Amino acid sequence: MTSIPNALETIRQSRVWKSIFRRGPALTNRTRSIAVFGNLFLHWLPVKVREKSLRVRAAYYLGSLSFLLFLILVITGVLLMFYYHPAAPKAYHDMKDLRFVVSNGVFLRNMHRIGAHLMVLLVFAHLFHVFYRGGYKPPHEFNWVIGVVLLLLTLFLSYTGYLLPWDQLAFWAVTVGTNIISAMPVIGSKVRFVTLGGNIVGENALLRFYVLHVVILPLLAVLFIGIHFWRVQKDGGLTVKSKDDDGRD
Amino acid sequence: MSEAKSIDGMQPAKPQAATAVSRRDFLGEITLGALGVAGLGAGALTYQYFSPNVLFEPATTFRAGNPDLYPLDSVTFLQDQQVYIVRTPGGFYAVSAVCTHLGCVTQWKAEANMIACPCHGSKFTPEGKKIEGPAPRPLPHYSITLTADGELLVDKLQTIKTDQVLKA
Repeated sequence: MTSIPNALETIRQSRVWKSIFRRGPALTNRTRSIAVFGNLFLHWLPVKVREKSLRVRAAYYLGSLSFLLFLILVITGVLLMFYYHPAAPKAYHDMKDLRFVVSNGVFLRNMHRIGAHLMVLLVFAHLFHVFYRGGYKPPHEFNWVIGVVLLLLTLFLSYTGYLLPWDQLAFWAVTVGTNIISAMPVIGSKVRFVTLGGNIVGENALLRFYVLHVVILPLLAVLFIGIHFWRVQKDGGLTVKSKDDDGRD
Repeated sequence: MSEAKSIDGMQPAKPQAATAVSRRDFLGEITLGALGVAGLGAGALTYQYFSPNVLFEPATTFRAGNPDLYPLDSVTFLQDQQVYIVRTPGGFYAVSAVCTHLGCVTQWKAEANMIACPCHGSKFTPEGKKIEGPAPRPLPHYSITLTADGELLVDKLQTIKTDQVLKA
């Protein structure tokens, strides 16, 4: 039985391991801290957490679950892209093929679709939770604003994705939605024209919404999610906690 | 320019050495200004790039066929053009079928003698007058004329007054 730990220890002492992680085994508090600091994926996490802050509460993981759904949506979305052409009327046929012809296509498509619905729901639940816990108060104001940006990005992602099946529901939803844009004073009809790339919801609109949906909005979301997570750590948790239950600051 | 103003107007009493624009500041301001101009230009170019110059959309002017196709006191929906051709004893007129609320295509309900929108329930008379909201405006009437060979010609870019009809 001791051979496995020995093997792991040998790997940890190897040149390759040290080259990747730039350190030896994390055996003391100091080396453990360095391990967190020196890792791109962990560096924004605190090196020490209180046991209390790890306790599971009813609404504790709403933000994490939203992020998990975002990851699921990225993975399923990329897979859907392999069978989807953003062109009329091919887009509709590709969507039908994904449902009825492609192996496991209906599973991936529904995972993407239902995941997107759930993400909107969870993002709102997360927003309400943070709001009722006073998470918009100092020092969390900036992160609250970032959160609102993320809410808008989630809604824009939903809306642009809604057009992609290119069915009646999609067409009329976007017709109605972009007519709401043209209600903006002065620049409304111009903004609608540039958004759609025309006067009607057509080929140009489909392609524009596709590019927004698969490139621009996800990249912005990743950027803002990064800032959001980093600030959660730097601001000291989700909500205002001047003192712990045990009275410590 | 603002730099020159602040030197001459705002702080005239200060010694020359303190108010003169240093070479570093001058180059810095020039660079910022150039970047600003380039940024504005890039914004304008991007806007132009995203505004298509050629559109492959249905023609806005179309022939609606011989007037005899439309019986007296009838409302005919032309699906491809999204226009109603209405014939009354007074003559012909063309009413837009696109709801003035949010752009859904309305439907002619012959049994109720009204035009109704399926999206949010707006109702119009066959003349396009609003019976019930949420549509904010009546349905517009399009220019309707006769071609030289006697066919109806509708121009969707020209709206006309509701009392203008093409005499039958």
